[in-house]
Order: sequence, then structure tokens, then C-alpha cells
Amino acid sequence: MEPQPGSVETRVAEGELVIAARGRWTLPALAGLDPRLAAIRPEGARRARFDLSGLAAVDSAGAWLISRTRDRLQKEGVEVRVEGAGPAQQALVEKVLAVGVPPPQEHRGHHYLVEIVAGIGEGLIHALRQTRDLLDFFGAVVIGFFRQFVQPRRLRPISLIAHVEQTGLNAMPIIGLISFLIGVVLAYQGYDQLRAFGGQVFTVNLVGISVLREMGILLTAIIVAGRTGSAFTAQIGTMQVNEEVDALRTLGLDPLDVLVLPRVSALVIALPLLTFYADMAALLGGGVACVLLLDMSVSQFLTQLGHAVSMKHFLVGLSKAPIFALLIAMVGCFEGLRVSGSAESVGRLTTQSVVESLFLVIVFDALFSILFSFLHI
Amino acid sequence: MSDIAISIRGLVTRFGRQVVHDGLDLDVRRGEVLGVVGGSGTGKSVLLRTIVGLNHPAAGRIEVLGQDTSGLGQAEWRRLESRWGVLFQGGALFSSLSVAENVLVPLKEHTHLSRRMKAELAALKIAMVGLPADAGGKLPSQLSGGMKKRAGLARALALDPELLFLDEPTAGLDPIGAAAFDELIRSLQRSLGLTVFLVTHDLDSLSAICDRIAVLVDRRIKVDTMENLLQDAHPWIREYFHGPRGRAARHVRGDGSVP
Repeated sequence: MEPQPGSVETRVAEGELVIAARGRWTLPALAGLDPRLAAIRPEGARRARFDLSGLAAVDSAGAWLISRTRDRLQKEGVEVRVEGAGPAQQALVEKVLAVGVPPPQEHRGHHYLVEIVAGIGEGLIHALRQTRDLLDFFGAVVIGFFRQFVQPRRLRPISLIAHVEQTGLNAMPIIGLISFLIGVVLAYQGYDQLRAFGGQVFTVNLVGISVLREMGILLTAIIVAGRTGSAFTAQIGTMQVNEEVDALRTLGLDPLDVLVLPRVSALVIALPLLTFYADMAALLGGGVACVLLLDMSVSQFLTQLGHAVSMKHFLVGLSKAPIFALLIAMVGCFEGLRVSGSAESVGRLTTQSVVESLFLVIVFDALFSILFSFLHI
Repeated sequence: MSDIAISIRGLVTRFGRQVVHDGLDLDVRRGEVLGVVGGSGTGKSVLLRTIVGLNHPAAGRIEVLGQDTSGLGQAEWRRLESRWGVLFQGGALFSSLSVAENVLVPLKEHTHLSRRMKAELAALKIAMVGLPADAGGKLPSQLSGGMKKRAGLARALALDPELLFLDEPTAGLDPIGAAAFDELIRSLQRSLGLTVFLVTHDLDSLSAICDRIAVLVDRRIKVDTMENLLQDAHPWIREYFHGPRGRAARHVRGDGSVP
């Protein structure tokens, strides 16, 4: 099927360099032909001629080789003609010759140190802008929230309830399971350490207080950030790509009312409920571990738990839930609305949304700890 | 080498209980531009996707460039794939890659050229489809719809294919851009000797650049020249070519006697 492969012969006749192309000058032959052509020197000739009469086939890659060689020879002061091709091949070669060899893409050549410094600067400015925009968005959400009370027709109860179901109810199996297991783990680890001091019974204190104050809410917030925050960004981001958000605007609907507020409100409702549920699941896990594995009776566990924890601990944990919910939902929606143009930006901003909301949750948790210790709670 | 580029016999395509093609026969000749038309939902794009192997037919035989596509091994299939280029409706550029990188994808996948040669070939293709030189470094999201299609065409042409599949290349372009794109396809088709399988709704494209027209009606296909299709008695075909838009398109071209 393949006749002769592409080849090239040169000869000098009457002061003219003749470059005779033979065989198939197509993409597969390119790598072989290129060095041969690159080696061609004018050798004193002032004129050169591409003889294409022996060409069996040529495609645009082959034509590009001709064009490239012609440009190089012309730069060296040689006059080049291209002739002898059949009409169809001639049309192609002429088209490529007309386009010419495009200048190769120049690379942004900076010193790597400069690039590092520039990168740090860019990152900093980006982070500051991001913070400002997020605060802007927070302001808009708060205003929108109060506007809903003044103009109740802006409320979207069905959307709100649907989001509570998606973010709250549907998250229950995974949050329940993980909290239960964390309760078990805490009890085990605590028991191992406390046994050395003969204080096995304080395992219950350890589990109770750490779950109610920190572990319950933190775990729930982390799971919700990964599960719901990312979903918010992806949903709104995809709508942004499909111009659905713009369509809402042109229909006189405020995306803040339609997309953002129901999601934020739903999560502010759902996260405290999930936290309570996670607390209970973790205490159950701790209890099961104490009773089954550590030889404690159920009544012993309950009595000790009653001594160890008070309403205060429970409320400390629960009070953080609405704040974390606000952070997660806001970041999720904010990043979703920042999506522009492409599917790739949906993916990038979804990742960013999860990282940012986790970061904010942990930072605020630390701030809460400092605040509570100041207030001696 | 036979002069038939694509040969389809008895093609049946089904989605669930819905039959899209039922015993469809089609021959595409080498070096022609075949325009494929049909109402919405008659399976124009499905036919294109079936030929290039993105859909599996329920029955029938498809031969592309002399090879039966159903019995091909993976290596043979890859070799065949490198002999055709597909331009999807929206351009289907990879959104995370620049235009030049998009054009480089098939070159990297199917050739063993040096990095510099690949880059130069990509730049050539970008210039050949009429994009400015600085377009290569841009991301698809920074391009207009027409430029995206040109970039998609550059990627489809990267390997100098023998066969070019175009899915509604002029949809969504302004008339000037559409005419320029038609002209571009025609000139590339002539100079590169391409066989073009063109799915379109654009009557102007049909009359301007197609050698023959395939009409999808009643789950089959009817192929003929524009002149003969104008005489066809099938109600849908009459409606299509003799409706107000069909008349206008022929009028501009200045041929086609209205009976």
C-alpha cells in the first residue's frame, strides 16, 4: 500500500540548486525528512528550485517542510522557486506557502527568582481581594436576609425545605456512622492512657466533654463542608456556565434570593440539628465502647456522664454550629458565583471552596476556644 | 484505493425503544463534501457519532476508508482514528488547555516528532484556519464562538486527516462568519483533498459548498444533488427546500428554478 517513502535529492545544475522531492511527503515521513532538509546548504548557488514532480503525495505537514526550507534559504539570500507539482498538490503547497512558517510561540522568559517573588505578590493580592469580596458577599447576604423579613414574598419555602432535606436529612447516615466510630476511638484511646493512673472511669469525662465541646461540631462541619459546600459551588457554578444565573437576572429574579439565601438558611437550620445528632451518635459510640469493651455497666456510664458534663458543654458546642453553617454555605455559594466560562473553572473553584470553608471553620473554632476561655465558660 | 470513503449498509440505531435509523444505507465518495440534513431528532449527529465509533449501532455494517469498523482491534482502531478529524458542535476544545495545546493533543498522541516540530505544526494549523498568531496562547474561554470553531477545526486537521466530520460548523455564527467558515472549509477541502461529512441546518452552506446532499427522512437517508432534490416529491424534502428559507438561499445563489 505504501509506495516509496519520502526522500529528497539535491544537485547543482547551471548555478541552480535543485531540490528534488520524491515519494510521500506526509506526516509519518516528517521526522525523517526534516534533518535532511535542514542539512541543505546553498553551496554558492544564488537560485534554488524545489522540484516536486516526483512527489507521490503531500499533506500540509510536508508542504510546511517545503515552506520552512524555502524561508530559511531565502534568509540566506537564495531565490527559491517551487514548481512541478500536480494541480491538487500545487494548491496545497501554495496555501501553506502563503501562510508561511508562523513565528514560534515565545516563552515568557523570566528569572525563576523573579517569578517566585511575583508569584508571592500575586498570591497575596489575590488573597486580600478574595477576603474583601467575601466580606462584600457576606454583607449582601445579611441585607438579603433582612429584606426577606420585610418582603416575605421573596422567601422561597419550597426551595428552603428541599435544601434542608438535601443538606441535613441526607447527610445523616454518614455523619451518624463517623461520629459513632469517633466516639469508640476516643473511649479506647482515653481508656488506654487513663488506666495507667487508675482513672479508667474518667474515660467517660474525656469522651463526654471532648465530643460535646469540640468533636461533634467539628466533625459535622468538616463533613458538611466536603459534602454540601462543594455541592453548592458545583451546582451554582454549573448554572453559571450554562448562563442560567444570567437568565435569572434577566427574568427579574435576584440570584441572591433564588440561589444563595435558601441554601444559606437551609444549612443554618440543618447544621445545628446535625450537630446534635452527631453528639448523640458519638456519645453512644463512647458508651458502647465503655460498656462492651471496657467492662463498665450502663448505669455506671450514665452516672459518670451525668457528673462529667453539663448543659454548658453541650451549648458551647452547639452555639458554634450556626456560625460554621453560615461560613460553609456562604463560601460555597460565593465560589459558585465566581465561576466563569468553563467546566475547568467549576472544578477549580469547587476545590477552592472546600479548602476555604475548612480553613475558615478551623480558624473560627480556634477563635471560639480563645473567646470561651476568656469568658471562663 | 476505492473511491468510496464511507460505506454504510443496513444501519440500525436504537435508544431504548426509540428507533433512530432503520436499515440506513449511505456511500460517501472520496473527495466530496456531503451535506447531511434532516429535521431535529432525525439522528444527524447520531449518524456522525456512530460512524466515528462514539455510538454502537444495533445492526448494520460501517466501512470507513475501506475498513470494517466493527471488527477492528484497538491498535487498528487508533490508526484509523488518526485518519479522520471531528469538529463537534461547540468546538469541544479542552477548556483547561490553550488553543495551541489543544491542537498539540493529537500530534502528541499519534506522532513521534520533536517538540519543536510539533509546536511549529500546531502553529501552522492555527494559521491555516485563519486565527491570528496570538490566538495559540489563549484559553478557549477567551475566544468568541467563531474562533472556537476555527480552533476546533485546527485540532481536527492536526494530523492531516483524509476524512473530516463537521457537526453544524456554522450554527451560531453570524452570516459573515458563517460564509467565511464555509469558504475556509471549501478551500481546505480542495487543497488538502479532504472528504467532508458535514451535518448542517444551514441552507446557505448546503448550496455553497456541498457536492451532494443526504437527507434523513423516515429513518433512512436519501442522497442526491441539490438540483435533483429540488424535484423530489417527498413532503418533508419539498417543505425543506421550497420553504421560505430554502427559496431565499437558492435565490441568493442564483440557480435552482422554482417550479
